[in-house]
Order: sequence, then C-alpha cells, then structure tokens
Amino acid sequence: MNEKPDKLIDKKGIRTDGRKADELRSVKLQVGVLSHADGSAYIEHGKNKILAAAFGPREVHPKHLMQADRMVLKVRYHMAPFSVQERKSPAPSRREVELSKVIKESLEPALFLELYPRTGVDVFIEVLQADGGTRCAAITAAALAIADAGVPMRDLVVGCAAGKIDDTVVLDLYDAEDKLGAADLPVAYMPSLNAITLLQMDGSLEPAEFEKAVGMAIEGCKKIYEMQKEALKTKYMVVKEVEE
Amino acid sequence: MSSLVTKVRSKQIEMLLEKGKRLDDRGLLDTREIKIEQGVIEKAEGSARVYLGKTQVLVGVKVGLGEPFPDTPNEGVLTVNAELVPVASPNFEPGPPDENSIELARVVDRGIRESKCIDNEKLCIAPGKKVFVVFVDIYVLNHDGNLIDASALAAMAALMNTKMPNYEVKDGELKMKQGYTPLPVKSHPITVTTGKISGHLIVDPWIEEEQVMDSRITFATKEDGSICAIQKGGSGYFTPQQILEASKIALDKAVELRKKLDW
Repeated sequence: MNEKPDKLIDKKGIRTDGRKADELRSVKLQVGVLSHADGSAYIEHGKNKILAAAFGPREVHPKHLMQADRMVLKVRYHMAPFSVQERKSPAPSRREVELSKVIKESLEPALFLELYPRTGVDVFIEVLQADGGTRCAAITAAALAIADAGVPMRDLVVGCAAGKIDDTVVLDLYDAEDKLGAADLPVAYMPSLNAITLLQMDGSLEPAEFEKAVGMAIEGCKKIYEMQKEALKTKYMVVKEVEE
Repeated sequence: MSSLVTKVRSKQIEMLLEKGKRLDDRGLLDTREIKIEQGVIEKAEGSARVYLGKTQVLVGVKVGLGEPFPDTPNEGVLTVNAELVPVASPNFEPGPPDENSIELARVVDRGIRESKCIDNEKLCIAPGKKVFVVFVDIYVLNHDGNLIDASALAAMAALMNTKMPNYEVKDGELKMKQGYTPLPVKSHPITVTTGKISGHLIVDPWIEEEQVMDSRITFATKEDGSICAIQKGGSGYFTPQQILEASKIALDKAVELRKKLDW
C-alpha cells in the first residue's frame, strides 16, 4: 500500500493522477463483445475493466420469481478475485449483494417492465479490474448490454461519480481518491429523461457541496452518454456495411 | 406487490396525496410517533427498542474482543447486521440474509461509520493486536414500513446505551476488571427517508405507501448540518430537483427530531 500523499489535489488544482477537478478518466466502450450473450458490452473507465452480458427476455429461473404482470430484471455484480490488490474471495460479499441490488434498481426505470410479463432479463457484470467507481462503470456497460440484446429502453443509463478530495468537489474519483478522500457520491442518470436512478454517498458533504457534486456527476454522465451512443452506432453501422 | 388490491390502494393513496393528505391522516412531511426504550436486554452490552408508529425494531449491541483491520490498526471494529425475522411480516422467511436485509444493515452501518460518531481510537487495547469489536444486531420485530429510519434510530439509541468492560494490560497480558465504561459516542447522526409516489415526496413512508411508492431516498445527517450518507432505493427515479428537495426535507426533519429526542 502506498502512503497517503499530503495532498490529493495541488494548488494548481491538479489531482494525483494529473487530472483537473472536473475531468473524467479516459473511457473506452465496446458493444457486442461476447457471442453467446444476447447482448454484451465492455468498458474501460480509467483502470476499471468491466464486462457486462445481458440475456433475455427469456424464461424466469427459478420459476417462482416470475411475475404475472411484468418482466423481472436480475442483476449480478461480481468482482474477479484478481481484480483488486488483495485477492477477493469469489463468493459474493455483502458489498456485492448490495451493489447488485442498487444497480438493478438503477436500470429498472429504463425498461418497459410491464410490457413483458412472465419474462426475465438477466444481467451479469464481471469486474475484471477495479480502480474506484466500479458500480458506475458497471451501470454504463450494463445499459449498453441490455440495449445490445434488443430490449426496448426509455433511455440509456449512465453511471458517474463525483466526490470530495481535501476540500475540493471533483468528478470521477479513482481508487486512491475514493479511499483517502472526504466523500464519494456515485450517480446513475438517464440524460434524455433528466432522471437520477442511483444515488449513494458516504463521507461528509455540506449541503452546498452536495448540490455541486450532483450537478458535476450529471455533467460527467452526459459526456459518457455521448460515448455510449457512439459505441452502439459503431457496432450496428458495421453490420449495415456488410449487408450492403 | 402488484395485486389488484394494491392497485386500487395505489389510486386511493395518489388521490389523497393530490389533496395533501395521507391514508393515516399524516401530513406529507410528518413522521410517525417515535418511542424509544433503552436497556431492554440485560445480557447485551447495549440495547434499544424503537417504535416508529407500528414499526418495531430491537437492536442489541454486543462488545467482544478481536483484531483490528490492517489498515486501521489503532481503531476498534464496528459490524452491523440486520435480521428480518419471520415474526415481523408474512413476507419474511427464515434463512440467510437476503438483499433487503443486507442493504438495511449496510445503510445503517454507513450512517454510523461515516458520521464518525463512535470514538474508534478509544476502542483500541493494543495497536495492531487487540481492539474491542462492536456488534450491532438489528432485529426487525414488526414491519410497518420505513425500516431504515427505525433501525438507524434504534442502532444509535442502543450504542448510546452501550457499556464496555473495564480492562488493564499488565506485562503484556490483558485482564478484565470489574465495572464498565460507557461506549464513547461523540455525536448522533439522524437518518430520514423520503418516499416518492407519483411525483409527491413523503417523509417516513409506512407499509401501505411502501408497497406503491416508486422509490425512496435516505439521508443521514450530522449535528453540523452536513450529510454523511445517502442511499436511493426502489425501481423508480428522482429528478435532480426532487433530490435537492429531499435533502432539504431530511435536513429540516433531522433538526426537528434532534429537538424532540434531545440528541
């Protein structure tokens, strides 16, 4: 483990990884990376490397979970044992159970659940490498995987965190900033509907800082949203060219 | 969840909300009556039973000895667990904790941990080797809605009531002594959950409202008016404006509750 640096952000407003306060890490998105899933996506968000696969709409397993009047979305967020510094047991931790739940609830508002009764969509998220902000990156990828599976959506869902390091509100914390910083505020957002579908926070924020951080996270989401749409177009444009 | 009865009830709740009313005659921003009993379990080092309307939560705190985490060698350890026992609701089944009880425990844990309300360094006996471990066990006895706020309240009340055994270290050996010292609790985070039903924000949703609400948002706040933990839940969404409104409601509500509880 590295020692804590004196400052996470210097006088010029530059962070320990060279970014400015409102700067995103580099984001790379790819859609349709797996041949057996109905839909899939891969995201590299900074050093986070996350794979998401979507299956369905299909029969619900186990059957008793089936709902007569709507689709059931199931989400599993899982971290690979080698994704973090200390090996993580592959058994689901309490953290992973909670994240699976909040990620599911962040995606549900985007789906027309009531139009697909007695069916299920399963989303599996595998974090291959984690570097802070995995739940947000996972949501960005999961939404693409669902879209790639051809499940109609109200909008894509984008995840991006804001937070506070030292005394500054910043965008998109990476691992060291998350651990040593003052607050982390992950947000999931549907830009076309102006709807926040996930919001969590731990740390300490004044109400004014909170307002600023929410605004900053939304701006971050809007930037990633453009990349999401681009990634979808990239896949389906290629298909079109081949057909012609 | 989505039975015909619920749908009819949902319409009724929405129509009342349009008129600024609720099924149980509360105003939109009113909390149900709160009753706290501390020290109800003699064998636990700390305990409290909280009634939030008809919701009933019992929290027992056990203090044990253990090893600190490697990254915080001179701090005690806090663990929070929640059990949704079958006596509390026909919808609770026995078995290992499900996602709902894990979320409940982790949200309460976050409120306590992030507010830094326990002076953790005072729980250290030998740095890197021995510390007090504080086990907070949430037992939901009757589920009539808003388990998060009731559990957070009960957990805090139980911690305020918790005593740690006295000890001395002689020649590197730990010896327990007679008597107890109160757990060093420095501050009191207050947790307020707001539900959203067809665009209306309501404080302290009870079970009938929970069954029809789109989503909820929970804020834990400290004495100085800062926010220390947030959790959105449920399958719906909030607009940014609604989020800010809910945060203001939670902060105002916390001030009111602090006065009422003298925390």
